[in-house]
Amino acid sequence: MKRSAPYLFLTPAIVLFTLFLAVPIGYTVYLAMRRTKVSGLGLGKGARREVFVGFDNFAAALSDAELWNGWLRVLGYGALVLVVMLGLALLFALLLDSARVRLAKFSRIAIFLPYAVPGVAATLMWGFLYLPSLSPIKDVLEVNFLGATAVTYSMANVAVWGGVGFNMLVLYTALRAIPRDLYEAARLDGASEVQIALRVKIPILTPAIILTTVFSIIATVQVFTEPSTLRPLTNTISSTWSPLMKVYRDAFVTGDLYSAAATSIVIAAISLVLSFGFLRVVRNRAFGEG
Amino acid sequence: MRANRLGAALAVALTATLASCGSSEPAQSPEAAQSPTAAAQGPVKLTFWTWAPNMDKIVDVWNKAHPDIQVTVSKQAGGDDAAAKYLTASKAGNPPDLVQAEYQHLPSFVAADAVADLKAETASIKGEFSEGLWGLVTLGTEGVYGIPQDSGPMMLYYRKDLFDKYGIAVPKTWQEYADAARTVRKKDSKVYLGTFSSKDPGAFAGLAQQAGAQWWSISGESWKVNIADEPTKKVADYWGGLVKEGAIDDMPFFTPEWNKALNDGKLLSWPSAVWAPGVLATNAPKAKDKWAIAPMPQWNAGENFTGFWGGSSVAVSSKTPNKAAAAQFATWLNTDPAAVDLLVKEAAIYPATTKAQSALGEAPEYFSNQPDFWQQASAASAGARGFTFGPNVGVTYNTFKDAFDKALQNKTPFSDAIQSMQDATVADMRKSGFTIAS
Repeated sequence: MKRSAPYLFLTPAIVLFTLFLAVPIGYTVYLAMRRTKVSGLGLGKGARREVFVGFDNFAAALSDAELWNGWLRVLGYGALVLVVMLGLALLFALLLDSARVRLAKFSRIAIFLPYAVPGVAATLMWGFLYLPSLSPIKDVLEVNFLGATAVTYSMANVAVWGGVGFNMLVLYTALRAIPRDLYEAARLDGASEVQIALRVKIPILTPAIILTTVFSIIATVQVFTEPSTLRPLTNTISSTWSPLMKVYRDAFVTGDLYSAAATSIVIAAISLVLSFGFLRVVRNRAFGEG
Repeated sequence: MRANRLGAALAVALTATLASCGSSEPAQSPEAAQSPTAAAQGPVKLTFWTWAPNMDKIVDVWNKAHPDIQVTVSKQAGGDDAAAKYLTASKAGNPPDLVQAEYQHLPSFVAADAVADLKAETASIKGEFSEGLWGLVTLGTEGVYGIPQDSGPMMLYYRKDLFDKYGIAVPKTWQEYADAARTVRKKDSKVYLGTFSSKDPGAFAGLAQQAGAQWWSISGESWKVNIADEPTKKVADYWGGLVKEGAIDDMPFFTPEWNKALNDGKLLSWPSAVWAPGVLATNAPKAKDKWAIAPMPQWNAGENFTGFWGGSSVAVSSKTPNKAAAAQFATWLNTDPAAVDLLVKEAAIYPATTKAQSALGEAPEYFSNQPDFWQQASAASAGARGFTFGPNVGVTYNTFKDAFDKALQNKTPFSDAIQSMQDATVADMRKSGFTIAS
C-alpha cells in the first residue's frame, strides 16, 4: 500500500502529460516522416496512400529558402519587440516602484490592461487604425503603416502594446519583494534614486528580467496572430511571413500535413536552442554559477 | 504489485491511443459500424455542413416530410477554411454525412477520397443541370462527386448615378472599360472605376474563364496543367497594365477600406458574381438603388461570354454509412421545386438547376430599380464558361495571393505571377506523384 502511494498520486499528472503532450508530440514526429503518394489522376479510392519517407520532410523544411527568409523577418521583428517591450516594461516597473509616483494603482492597471485584450482583437483594432483611408493617425502623420518597410514596425507596435503590461507586472512584483532596507542603506551612502535603480534594483531583478526575456523569445519565435490578422488588409504580408504561418499554410491551406509537422518540429527545436542558448549565455550573471 | 498493474494499464492505454492515432484507416465510429438493419429500427440521422443562410429552415421542411431521414444542419464559416476543416475531419474519421463543397474545392475532396461517387443516385437528375455545371461535379470523369447547388455567373455591377455624373457609357468591351477607367481618373483623382484584388483568386479565375482559359484538364490517365495559358496571361497583363498606370486601384475586396470606398462612391464598378447584391447590401448600405448591372465587358465586341466566381455543390461523405439517404436529401434540396424555391427565398442563392428560373421573380431588394435583375443574370449564365479545377487548388490559390501581392508591391508584370502559379501548382502535383502530361 505504502509503496504504491506515490505512483497513485503521480497517475493523474502522467495520464494528462501522456495524452495531451507526449502522444501529440509522438504523432507529430510520426506524421513528419510520412507523405502521401498519389498514382495516376489521384481520384477515387486507392489512388492515394501514405508512405514512409524518413527525414525527407525535414530536409525539405531545412532547405526551404522561404522558411529561412521567414526566420530573418521574425528575427528583425523579434529584436525590435524584445528591446522596446522589455525596456518599457522595466522602465514602467521602476517608475511605479519609486516612492514619488502618483496615481500608482491607476497607472499599473492602465499599463496592464492591453494585456487583457485578446491578440486578434488588438490586431484588428490596430489594423483599422493603420488602414490608409480609415486611419485617424494618417491624417497627422503622412506614413503608410502597412507599407513594405513600415509593416514590421506596425506589427511590433501591436505586440509591444499588448505585452508591456504583463512583463511590467512580473518585474514590478519582483521589485516589491526586495527588502526596503537595502534602499535605505544605499540612500545613507548618498546614492540618488537613479543610482539606486541602476545599481541596486536592476542587479537584483536580473533573474526576473531573464525570465521575461525567455518568455518573450519563445513568444516572438512563434509570432502568428499579428501577421495573419493583418494579412487580409495589406499586400505586404505573405502567407509565409513567419515560420508558424508557413506551418498553418502547409497544414490547412495547401493540405500538406506532413511537411507542416516537420516544419513545426524544426521551429520547436530552434526555439529550444534560442531559449537555452540565451540562458547559457546569461547563467553566470543570473545565478552566480561559475 | 499494484504499481505494476497500474503501469501495465497505462501502457495498454497508451498503445491503444497511439495505435488509433497512427492508423491511416481510422477506427469506425459506433454509428458507422451499425448494420443497415439496425438503421431501419430508427430514423436515419444525417449531419450537413453548410454556410448557406437559413439552411436550417429549409431542412425543417424536409424533416417534417421525412420522419425516417432526419437532417441536422451544422453552420460553417464558409470559404477555404470550411474546406480545410472538412478535409481534416474526414482524415480524422468523423466527417459529416453531407457537406457544401465549392466547385474549386471538390477535386481536392475527391483526391483525398473524402466524397462518395453518386453516379447511380444522380442518373435521373443529370439533365436538370447545364453541361458546364455538371462538368464541375464530374471533373470530366465517369464519377459524379456532388450535386450542383448554386452557381456564380459574373456580371458588371456599376454605379449608374455616378456613371451619369462623370459621363461614362457602360463599357461593352474591356478596351472601353480601360478607357472609362482613365476618364474617371481625369475627372476626379479621388475616384477609381474599379480595383484589382490580389486576395481573391476566385474572382480572377472567373475573369480568366471568360477569356477562355482552361487551367486544368484531364486527358486519359493524366492531368494537364495550363494556368499560364494565353487567355490567362492576356487577362493578367490587362489588369497589370491598368494598375501600373494608375487607372484602377489595387485595394483588395472585402476589406473595411473597400467597404468604405463602395459606400462613399469612390469605386464605381465591380465585376462580380450573381451573389453580389447580398455583399453590397451589407457593405455599402448607403448606395442602395444606385447600382445597376450590365453584361461583362467582352474581349471581342459582339461576344457574350462570362466566367463563374464561386458557386457550390452538395457532396456526400465517402465515410457515411447512409449514402443512399444522404443522396436522397441532396437531390431533394437541389432539384425539388419547393426546395429550390426555398433556396432562392431563404438562402438567397442563384440555383444551379435550370428548372429554377421560375423561382426567380422579384429582383433583390437592394436592386429594386433593376426589375430585370434575374433575366439579366439568366442571360449571363447562358454565356458562362467554366473549367475543370485541379486536385490542389489550395496551392494554386495561395500562390495567387502571394505572387500578386508581390507583383503589386514590386510593380512587376502580372504575367510573371501567373507563371509562379503554374510552377507552384505543377511542382506540388509532381511532389505528390500525380501523373502530369506535359
